[in-house]
Amino acid sequence: MSDAHDDKTPVARTGDVSGNATGNLPAIPDPGLPPHQWRPTDVDERLAKRAERQVAAMFMLSSVFVLLFMVSYFALKIGDNQTTFAGFGASNIALGSTLGVALLLIGVGIIQWARKLMGDHEIVEMRHPARSSDEDREGTLEALNLGLEESGIGRRPLVRNSLLGAVGLLGLPAVVMLRDLGPLPGDKLYSTVWKPRMRVVRDVIGTPINVADIEIGDLVNAQPEIIFAVDEEGEHILEGVELQVAKSKAAIIVLRMDPSDITVAKGRENWSIDGIVCYSKICTHVGCPISLNERKTHHLLCPCHQSTFDLADSGKVVFGPAARSLPQLPLMVDEEGFLMAQSDFTEPVGPSFWERG
Amino acid sequence: MTRKDSHVRLLNRTAGRLSRHRRGRLAGLVLMILGLVLTGTLYSAFAPAQAGSAENNDALVAEGRELFLVSCAFCHGKNGEGVVTINGTQYGPPLAGVGAAAVDFQVATGRMPMAQPGQQSAVKPRVFDVEETAALAAYVATFGPGPAIPNESDYSLEGMSDAEREEAISRGGQIFLTNCTACHNFNGNGGAMPRGGAAPSILGTTPEHIYEAMLTGPGNMDSFSNGNISPEEKRDVIAYIATIRDQPEYGGFGLGGLGPVSEGLFGWVVGVGGLVGFAIWIAAHTTRTTKQPTKGADA
Repeated sequence: MSDAHDDKTPVARTGDVSGNATGNLPAIPDPGLPPHQWRPTDVDERLAKRAERQVAAMFMLSSVFVLLFMVSYFALKIGDNQTTFAGFGASNIALGSTLGVALLLIGVGIIQWARKLMGDHEIVEMRHPARSSDEDREGTLEALNLGLEESGIGRRPLVRNSLLGAVGLLGLPAVVMLRDLGPLPGDKLYSTVWKPRMRVVRDVIGTPINVADIEIGDLVNAQPEIIFAVDEEGEHILEGVELQVAKSKAAIIVLRMDPSDITVAKGRENWSIDGIVCYSKICTHVGCPISLNERKTHHLLCPCHQSTFDLADSGKVVFGPAARSLPQLPLMVDEEGFLMAQSDFTEPVGPSFWERG
Repeated sequence: MTRKDSHVRLLNRTAGRLSRHRRGRLAGLVLMILGLVLTGTLYSAFAPAQAGSAENNDALVAEGRELFLVSCAFCHGKNGEGVVTINGTQYGPPLAGVGAAAVDFQVATGRMPMAQPGQQSAVKPRVFDVEETAALAAYVATFGPGPAIPNESDYSLEGMSDAEREEAISRGGQIFLTNCTACHNFNGNGGAMPRGGAAPSILGTTPEHIYEAMLTGPGNMDSFSNGNISPEEKRDVIAYIATIRDQPEYGGFGLGGLGPVSEGLFGWVVGVGGLVGFAIWIAAHTTRTTKQPTKGADA
């Protein structure tokens, strides 16, 4: 970097430009930088001392906060029996604020130091052309050509071609490893764990739903019975990832409305029971679980992107970005009066995918 | 002039003075307030005393009917049959079968009587006191069978061991997270609903009213009748809501627990705003002086 006080901007170039463009106009002389103005701390030693003390005080205060951080780290309890302060977890508040203030004070101190005490005379660095010099360019080309010549890549095609082949084949392991990200979905996207005559049970609680118990206006968040089912040894039939996948696809909402409110679609005449209808809980837009229902309008709203489905009218989209109706689960009642499915969903649940078009 | 004449004249003059104001802007209001005060005073003077259970209930129903005719019948109809507008929409819905629980919830939380028709009845200071609410509830309950006002034993965890209590609360939490959070937020803080509606915060709601809201489904809320979520499960949900209400905010300021909206707003306004402030301070010109350093060149 060159110092502005003695390195004035060249005048010759500006003179050339104005001469070429307009003929006789005299070049505007470069005024250079205005004279440097001093800060009070530069001219008054007492003020400089004071700024020095300010900066040092901030650094020392920062250390105090670091010590406070250490104290609160060890003194405040976390876990089951947290120390609380004014309705907040004391540990989080104390650690966050002490460390934050400590860092802030260092930063503010450094800036104050730079603004008040560090030298602040103006400097100018001239702009240089981005193009390399001709010698540099020639030298580089020479080196490159020499390398090509000495490696003999042009003269020995066998070496060149076998190298290209080897590097090309390296793509195969990458493709194979991509496969390991998971098996292809196959036809799994088209079906869920719902089977004919599988009972509808309340989510979390796992109890079957008696038709007589459900009143008009009720909404039940439900799952297929197999989610909670156990085998002879009391082991859950579905577990782990398999359980979560089954649950996330088969989740449903059951609601009872005034049968006269329902617009029955063709082919769905026997899918509801006395106004009890059942729909997939998975939004057909990007698959958020939805149960935000308006009882009076039967509109089900997805909180993610405001897609709205009319549950009194085959789950049709009435608002929002979803493109497909909410899949309806055909219901029937078993001999004991409990709700069960007539079959699986008749269309894939959840968001659209490539093969569905 | 007899004494009687002077009396009559005095009376006439007073009447005349009052009569001057009869077309005043506030006359209607004053008259209405007078009427209400008079009705209330007369009512409290002549209201039947409470005694004996059957008689007591009859008296309560009669009292409720009086209140209903004055305050509710305009929208809900004189017999609670509902009023339909010329557009075919409900002015006030029919009340047969809504039960005492619905009345207690709507009236005790100040939602009813409604100040004006709208998307949703607003919560405001209650208009009817406890006894009047009970009378209204008793009267409306006679329209048809409906859910009764729950007792404290229905939603209290009294008499449970600590382990049972913990189990109940965690079960209640799971039911809450499955059935309630879609609208009321995982923190119970409530949230926005379509067309200007809102699911209210349930953190300040009494256990009794939470229970009644689940039973009756006020406004656009779905109902969770006893056949849907059993009374014990309702009790557990209420116990869980009490725990989230009492729980300190361990992670620091929750900003209403509303998720990305309030947090984003805070980040942009306070966070980015603070950074901008610092940037301005760093780049700001410092004070300058016309003086020169006394000795030689500055560093």
